[in-house]
Amino acid sequence: MSMFQIFNVAGSAVSAQSQRLNVVASNLANADTVAGPDGQAYKARQVVFQTQLMGEVGAAGVTVSTVSEDQTPGRRVHDPKHPQADAEGYVTYSNVNPVEEMVNMISASRSYQNNVEVMNTAKSLLLKTLQMGQG
Amino acid sequence: MGLADVSRIMINRLTDALHFQTQALVLRSERQRLIASNIANADTPGYQAREMNFSQALREATGGAKAGDMAATQPGHIQPAAGARAEPNLLYATAAQTNLDRNTVDLDRERAAFADNSVKYEAALRFINADVKQIVEAIKGQ
Repeated sequence: MSMFQIFNVAGSAVSAQSQRLNVVASNLANADTVAGPDGQAYKARQVVFQTQLMGEVGAAGVTVSTVSEDQTPGRRVHDPKHPQADAEGYVTYSNVNPVEEMVNMISASRSYQNNVEVMNTAKSLLLKTLQMGQG
Repeated sequence: MGLADVSRIMINRLTDALHFQTQALVLRSERQRLIASNIANADTPGYQAREMNFSQALREATGGAKAGDMAATQPGHIQPAAGARAEPNLLYATAAQTNLDRNTVDLDRERAAFADNSVKYEAALRFINADVKQIVEAIKGQ
């Protein structure tokens, strides 16, 4: 029965989007993390989506293939009085861009809602199909 | 012609309309799954949205058109998937707007198609219910 695959497809998308939301949350939480004198601050993470075939024709779900780290250098602020300042007096903050993360969050939540709606519609159609011939 | 033959033909006539709507329902559910996959992959880089040539698929399913099978003249020949509903014959959507990740899902278009397909699925269901009711009434003879 082909309609039942919709729950797998939309379900995989919902779980992938919630993983993306998780990553956004940890990025935002670490937006102001300061690195030690070694210069290794928190690096922003991004999920990478990949299509996952579901066996039947046209059924394609989503999976998170990797979580990649943003390798751009962190924000450096001159503050010699800071306890974490390096020899030159610079403090390295994480490379998270809060504006980018907020946009990412809105996009993830909209996609999440879309997939939930797909599941609800499929559910109501299947329930009506179960009552076929009785009405 | 015996009584059994006559009644068989009559039953065929009774269920002809039902057969058509059943095929339509199956195709609608396949298209629903296709659109759900497009919506699920709206953020996947490189994903190409697919679409089904519905009228062609329905013509093939109800015997109005040949599905375009290849001739298997040798015992070892493999029959490829044929028809508008088969994976290799599904259409590819073009991107409404260009974007950097080569994804061609247009979420507005897909949501509209999803709503359209749900309504038509339900319409096919209602037609089937009405046909069943009609058949039962004809059998009861009341």
